[in-house]
Amino acid sequence: MKTAAVTRRAALAAVASSLLIGAAPAALAAGPTLLNVSYDVAREFYKNYNPVFIAYWKKTSGEDITINQSHGGSSKQARSVADGLEADVITMNQANDIDFLHTQGNLVPADWAKRLPNNSAPSTSTSVILVRKGNPKGIKEWADLGKPGVSVVIPNPKVTGNGRYTYLAAWGSVIKSGGDAAKAKDTVTKIFANVPVFDGGGRAATTTFAQRNIGDALATFESEVPLILREFGGDFDVVYPSTSILAENPVSVIDKVVDRKGTRKQAEAYLKYLWSDEGQEIVAQHNLRPRSEKVLAKYAKQFPKINLFTVDEVFGGWTKAQKDHFDDGGTYDQVIAAAKKR
Amino acid sequence: MFLSRTLLKRHSVLPGFDLALGFTVFYLCVIVLIPLSAAFLKTFTLTWPQFWDTVTSPRVMASYRLTFGASFAAAVMNGFFGLIIAWVLVRYEFFGKRFVDALVDLPFALPTAVAGIALTALYAANGWIGQFLAPLGIKVSYTPVGVFVALTFIGLPFVVRTLQPVLEDLQKELEEAAATLGASRWQTFTRVLFPIMMPALLTGFALAFARALGEYGSVIFIAGNMPMVSEITPLLIITKLEQYDYAGATAIAVVLLVVSFVMLLAINLIQAWARKRQGG
Repeated sequence: MKTAAVTRRAALAAVASSLLIGAAPAALAAGPTLLNVSYDVAREFYKNYNPVFIAYWKKTSGEDITINQSHGGSSKQARSVADGLEADVITMNQANDIDFLHTQGNLVPADWAKRLPNNSAPSTSTSVILVRKGNPKGIKEWADLGKPGVSVVIPNPKVTGNGRYTYLAAWGSVIKSGGDAAKAKDTVTKIFANVPVFDGGGRAATTTFAQRNIGDALATFESEVPLILREFGGDFDVVYPSTSILAENPVSVIDKVVDRKGTRKQAEAYLKYLWSDEGQEIVAQHNLRPRSEKVLAKYAKQFPKINLFTVDEVFGGWTKAQKDHFDDGGTYDQVIAAAKKR
Repeated sequence: MFLSRTLLKRHSVLPGFDLALGFTVFYLCVIVLIPLSAAFLKTFTLTWPQFWDTVTSPRVMASYRLTFGASFAAAVMNGFFGLIIAWVLVRYEFFGKRFVDALVDLPFALPTAVAGIALTALYAANGWIGQFLAPLGIKVSYTPVGVFVALTFIGLPFVVRTLQPVLEDLQKELEEAAATLGASRWQTFTRVLFPIMMPALLTGFALAFARALGEYGSVIFIAGNMPMVSEITPLLIITKLEQYDYAGATAIAVVLLVVSFVMLLAINLIQAWARKRQGG
């Protein structure tokens, strides 16, 4: 009796939520429907890209196509697809989330990245540093973030691609300047000893830095910077370290799904069109570095030239980087343990 | 054999008992038991030493301390202040009472992430409340204290809503009788009223505690998520999932489940004992 009020409420909540899941909107339009499963911050990009592709597809094939988007944390999205979310294409910010779909259930072939140009990544970004106006702490390079008295906000590398890229950028910048793994580890340890908050997402880290006023610097994707400046005003400067990482945004058709649904043709065209001039233009407009030299030249001012290295080049691919660095017991855990002792 | 036959044959005063029981068991299986056993099954892909290593690694142990400690502290806090709020809402008439009453339910309805962001903003060093605490050297956001604050917020309605009906049922005569027999106000409260409220208070406490153990959304924003300091156990489960380590994630989840089940069971037993001692 005493718990009646609470349990009734809980039961209602359970019923309501199950109804909502059941009532997911079904596509009503005729013609094929594609589902693009993607990571969180690509939401705006695909919102603008989809109508352009739909118009192009109508013109070339006469077919009305519907494209649905699903966004969330990239690894979470990959898990949903592995667990049966019927995605025709997957668009991620990290290759190992697509590699996972090969190892788990063989949804894509092992060589999925070779099927489209540029490692199947139509756009890239890089990790940069945002500092307070006038750069009072004089931060120029990744290593400067490890100086005593500097505080830097980095999204949690255990759960965000953004954080992982930052860690790898700092590590790789040491390797590229001739240092060895021990030196890289030392540099990264110093940086992570200066982190006051590990947010669960890139946008949350931005809020911590820009709105809560925590930290002297924020490490984030270059593509996020214009959004931050627009949202929070000009209280920040962007620092481009001389060397940083090339963050590729790979895409793939989910073979098992498109073959069953008979949407392979449309799904492949959808991805391929990302490399078209129109597609690359939208890429650049969303602050992502285009692959097309022509479009890149047009937006040269927006994308300063710095030395970029790939994950493949320095870390032997994403799957290996994940295993060596971010899996439990990997170097990231060692770095955190050592950073705590400082 | 004998037992089952009597159980089945015995005519109950309630019609349709067999059907209702069958439905209850089926429903619980589908909604609760099967999903939970799936969690257990996933962990069976680990060997026993692997399981043990996963659930006892220092980082995970630190997260248990925080999660269980902060949940317990928050439930205690809610038990105390929830009792006061329920008492005031039942016993007194004041302007805006309906409004306050509705306000209590808000943590139920609010998406926990929203609560987390709001609390973080309030308690950050430049927030409305945080700016007064910061000069005193008290940091709330991005510390274990913040975790406690978030868990207190989400747990409050459980205590208030379980206590309210009991307090409403309390008969005025009991207090009057106690007063006639010469009991002081305090004695009336501790000897007469409190024992009656006790089982409901324990239920509310248990519900708030259990809710806090699994809480993720609100805590994740305010905790700061520093390894070994302010990482909650649900974050480590998510961390494992991000590494596609399903078995490791469910192993920690199973520990959380088992411990909270044991605690809920213990609290239920105490409740039953309290009720019996009170004579129903």
